[in-house]
Amino acid sequence: MINAYPLFIEGVQVIIVLLGAPLMVGWVRALKCWFQGRASAGLFQPYRDLSKLLIKDVVLAENASWIFRFAPYAVFGSTLMAGAIIPIISVDLPLAATADIIALVALFTIARVFTALAGMDIGTAFGGMGSSREMMVASLAEPAMLMSVFTVSLVSHSTSLSHMAHTIIEGSLMLRPSLAFALLAFILIAIAETGRIPVDNPATHLELTMIHEAMVLEYSGRHLALIEWAGMMKLLLFTALGISLFFPWGIAGADKAAMMPVALASLVIKVALAGLFIVLIETRLAKMRIFRVTEFLGSAFLLATLGMLSYFILE
Amino acid sequence: MIFQPLGLAFLSIFLFLFTAAITPLLKGRPHALVKVSFSLAALSSFIALLGGFLAVNNGASDAMVLPIGLPDLPFYLRLDPLSGFFVTVIALLGLFVSVYSIGYVKGFIGQRSIAPLVVFYCLFMAGMLMVLLSDDAYSFMVSWELMAASSYFLVVFEDEHASNRRAAFIYLLIAHVGAVLILLSFGVMAGFASGVEVFSGYTFSAMRSSAITPAWASIAFLLAFFGFAAKAGVIPLHVWLPEAHPAAPSNVSALMSGVMLKTAIYGIIRVSFDLLHVSAWWWGGLVLVLGLVSAVMGILFALMQVDLKRLLAYSSVENIGIILVCLGLSMIFASFNMGVLSALALVAGLYHVLNHAMFKGLLFMGAGAVLHATHERNMERMGGLIHRMKWTAPLFLVGCLSISALPPFNGFISEWLIFQTFLLSPLLPSPILNLLIPLGAAVLALTAALAARCFVKVYGVVFLGHWRGGHQHSGAHAHDAGLSMRIGMLAAALSCLALGVLPSFVISWLDIIPQTLVGGTIGQSAHAFGWLWLTPVAAERASYSAPIVFLGISVVIAVVYIIFHARKTSIRRVPIWDCGFEKLTSRMQYNSTSFAMPLRRIFGFLFGIKETSRAVGSQTVSPMFRDRYIYHLKMRDRFWYGLYKPISDASFWFARRVGRLQHGRIQIDLLYSFLTLIVLLVFS
Repeated sequence: MINAYPLFIEGVQVIIVLLGAPLMVGWVRALKCWFQGRASAGLFQPYRDLSKLLIKDVVLAENASWIFRFAPYAVFGSTLMAGAIIPIISVDLPLAATADIIALVALFTIARVFTALAGMDIGTAFGGMGSSREMMVASLAEPAMLMSVFTVSLVSHSTSLSHMAHTIIEGSLMLRPSLAFALLAFILIAIAETGRIPVDNPATHLELTMIHEAMVLEYSGRHLALIEWAGMMKLLLFTALGISLFFPWGIAGADKAAMMPVALASLVIKVALAGLFIVLIETRLAKMRIFRVTEFLGSAFLLATLGMLSYFILE
Repeated sequence: MIFQPLGLAFLSIFLFLFTAAITPLLKGRPHALVKVSFSLAALSSFIALLGGFLAVNNGASDAMVLPIGLPDLPFYLRLDPLSGFFVTVIALLGLFVSVYSIGYVKGFIGQRSIAPLVVFYCLFMAGMLMVLLSDDAYSFMVSWELMAASSYFLVVFEDEHASNRRAAFIYLLIAHVGAVLILLSFGVMAGFASGVEVFSGYTFSAMRSSAITPAWASIAFLLAFFGFAAKAGVIPLHVWLPEAHPAAPSNVSALMSGVMLKTAIYGIIRVSFDLLHVSAWWWGGLVLVLGLVSAVMGILFALMQVDLKRLLAYSSVENIGIILVCLGLSMIFASFNMGVLSALALVAGLYHVLNHAMFKGLLFMGAGAVLHATHERNMERMGGLIHRMKWTAPLFLVGCLSISALPPFNGFISEWLIFQTFLLSPLLPSPILNLLIPLGAAVLALTAALAARCFVKVYGVVFLGHWRGGHQHSGAHAHDAGLSMRIGMLAAALSCLALGVLPSFVISWLDIIPQTLVGGTIGQSAHAFGWLWLTPVAAERASYSAPIVFLGISVVIAVVYIIFHARKTSIRRVPIWDCGFEKLTSRMQYNSTSFAMPLRRIFGFLFGIKETSRAVGSQTVSPMFRDRYIYHLKMRDRFWYGLYKPISDASFWFARRVGRLQHGRIQIDLLYSFLTLIVLLVFS
C-alpha cells in the first residue's frame, strides 16, 4: 500500500489554496477599509461574491468564440496546478517535483496568455488595450522574475522549490546580501504580476488605468467567477512563493505530521502579515502612469542583477 | 544494404530526383501533377525519416563512396548520428509539408505553371538531404549550391512582383558570400590535412584527424561560422531572411524557415565540434553573444511587423538565436572539458532545432491557409477568422502556444533545458564567465516573454475580434483549408504536443550525438526516475514532469467544467456592450500596430521609427473633432541602412569607376590583355 500521508497533505494544500485565497483577499480588503476609515463588507465578502457569480446566468457577446469560453477554465486549471506544486504547508508534496520554479513561472504564463487572448476575442477597444498592457508588463516582469529566482537558486544549487526551501531552513541563519536584493526584486515583481497598486488597480474600472480588469470586462456569471477566483489564488500563490523562497521557516519537513499545526499557524501569520504589507503599500502610494511601469520593473531587474553579482563577489 | 540507414536516405534522394525528372511528363495535367508529385515527395520524405531515425537509433555511422563527379574526386557519403538527426528533422517536416502541399499548390492551378514549383521543391529537398550526407568538402559545396539555387527559384516563383525578384536577388547574393566563406574555411582545413594540392585532404575524415594549429583552427572556425551564419540569418547577416521567406509560397516558406536554416546549424556543429574539436572558449562566447543578439533583436523586429509571413520570418531569426545560444554554451563547456554540461547544452540546442522545425512549419502552413482563404498578408486587414476557419484556428493556436514556450507544448522543454544549462554555468572555472553568462539567461527570459507577447498579438489580431475588412468580399467568404492541408497541419500540431509531453524518449534517443561529439551524455541522469520525469542533472537539482503537468491541468479543467455545467445555467447571446455609443466599428479594435505600441515606446531606440499623424478636414473645427486622421508609421531596419547600404553603395561606386575602363572597342580590350600578359611575364 502506498503511503497515504503525502497524498493527504497534497489534498489539504489544494483545499487551502482554493478556500484560503478568497479569505486572504477579504482580509486585504477589510484591512484596507479600516486603514482608509471606511466600513468594510467583512472578511467573507469574496465568498459571497463568488457564490453569487456562480449562480448567475452567463451573458456572452454575439461574436464570442470558443477561446472566450475556454479561457476561464484554462486560467483556473493552470493556476490551481501551480497551487498544487508550491510548498505551502510541507516541502514533502508528491506533486512538488513535477515542476520546478521555471515551470511554475510558465504555468502562470499560460493563465496570462489565455486571459490576453480572451481580451482580444470580443473585439472591443478595452479588451485589446488590456491585453496589450498586460503583455507589456509581463514581458518586462518575466526577466526580472527569473533573475531574482536564479539568485536564490544559486544559493541553494537547485531550481526545485521544495529543495530551495529545504536548503534555507537547514542552513544557518545568516544575512545573505544576495537574498536581500532578490527579495526586494521579488516584491516589486509580485506587485506587478498580481496587478496591485502602484502597477494596476484591482478595484478600478476607469479606462485610463485598467490593465487586468480591461481584459475581463466582458465576462459574466461562472466565467467571471472562475477568473476572479484564479486571480485570488494567484495573489495567495505569489505570497506563498515569496514565503517558501525567502521565509520558509515553519513549513513542515518530510513526514513530520506533528509539524503540521505549526506549519498551518505560521502560514496564517505570514499571509496575514503579507496582507498588511500590501495594504500599507496600497494606502501610501498612488497608481503610477503605465509607462512608468518600465522604470519600476527595470529597477526590479537591476536589484535582482545586483543580488546575483553580490552572490559572486561577496559569498 | 538498401535497408541500412544510409541506403534509405540515398533511396529517398533518388526518389526526389526521380519526381523532379518525371514532372515534365505531367505538365499538361496540373491536377494529376500535384497529386502524384507531392505524394511521391511525401513518400520519399518518409523513407528518409526512417533512415534518419534508424541512424540515430543505431548510433553507428555508415559510409560509402559514389564514383561520380570529377576524376579523383568521388562523392564521399556518410550518415552518422548527427547527420541522421538532421535528416530526421528535415524528413519529418518534409513529410508534413508535402502532404500539405497537395492541397496548397492546387490553389496556384490556373494562375501560373506549377511545374517549376514541383521541380525545384524536389531538388530543394534532395539538396538539403545531400548536404547532410556529404562527407567531403567537394560534395558538400555542390549540394550546398544545389540547395541555394533551387531555393532561389522557389523564392522567385511568383515573379510578377518586383519585390519578390529583389528579395530573391539579395538572398542569392548573401547565400554566395556565405558559400565563399565556407569554401575558404574548408580550404584552410584541407590545407592542414594534406597540403593544398592533394585531393585526399578534402574529405571530412582527413580534416578531422589533421594537426591544425590553434591559430589556423580559429581562422577556419571564424570563416565557417560567418559563412553558415549568413545562411542561418544570424543578426547582422539576417537582412535577406525577412525578404526571401515571405516571398516564397507558404509551403516553401515552411521548409525554408523550418529546416533549411537548420542545415546551417548542422554546418556549424559539424565544423566546430566534429572537424575542429572546439579548442578555445571564446568561440563559444562569440556564438553565445551573437545568438543572444539575434534572439532579442529578432523577436523585437517580429513584434513590429504587420505582415504575417514577415513576422514569422523574423521570429525564425529569434529561434536561430536561441539555438546558437545553446551551441555557444556547449562550446564553452566543451572547451573546459566539462562533457556532461556540454552535452546538456547541445541536447537543448538539438531539441530546439526539432521543436522549431515543428512549430514554425505549423505556423507557416497556417499562414498559408490564411493567405489562401483571405488573399491577404497584412494583419491590419484581418480578424475574426476563428469563426470561419474551424480547423486552422485551433491548430494555429497550438503553434502559437508552442513557440511562446508554454507547457505542455514542445517549446517549453527546450527553453527549460536551456535555463537549466544557464544555471549550471557557475560551475565554470572562470569568474568572468560566471558573472556574465547568467545575464544571458535574463536576455533569454526577455526573449521568451516577448515571444509570448508577439504570438498573442498574432493570434489576437488574425483570428480573434472582428474582420477588419481587407478584401471585404473574402472576409465574409473565407473558407477553411482543404483536407490535405488540415492533415499536414494536424500532424505538425500533434508532434508539437507529443514532443512536449514525452521529452524523455526524445532525449534518450538523441543522447548518442553528444556522446560522439563532446564525450558526455545526459541520458543516464535524465531519466533516472523513469519516463515520467525529466531530471537533466540530478533530481534535487531540477525536475520536470511534462506528462503529469499536462494530465493535471487537463483533469482540473475537465472537473471544473463538469461541475459548473452539471447545473443548468443558460447562456444568453447579446450584442457587444458599446458604452451606449451606437457606432462601434471593427476599426475601433486594437490592431497589430496599436498592440505593439507600448514596446515601440520602450525599445524604439533600437529602430529607426518615423511616426506622423495629422487631422484632415475643415480647419475651422477644433482638431479633436475632425473627420479623419491620417497616421503614418515607418520602421526601418537599422542594419540595412547602417551596414548594407554603405557596402552596396560603395560597390556600385567602385563598379562605376572600374566601368570607365570599358569603352566597348575591341582594340582597347585587346590592348588590356596584352598589357596584362606583359605584366605577368615581368613579375613571374
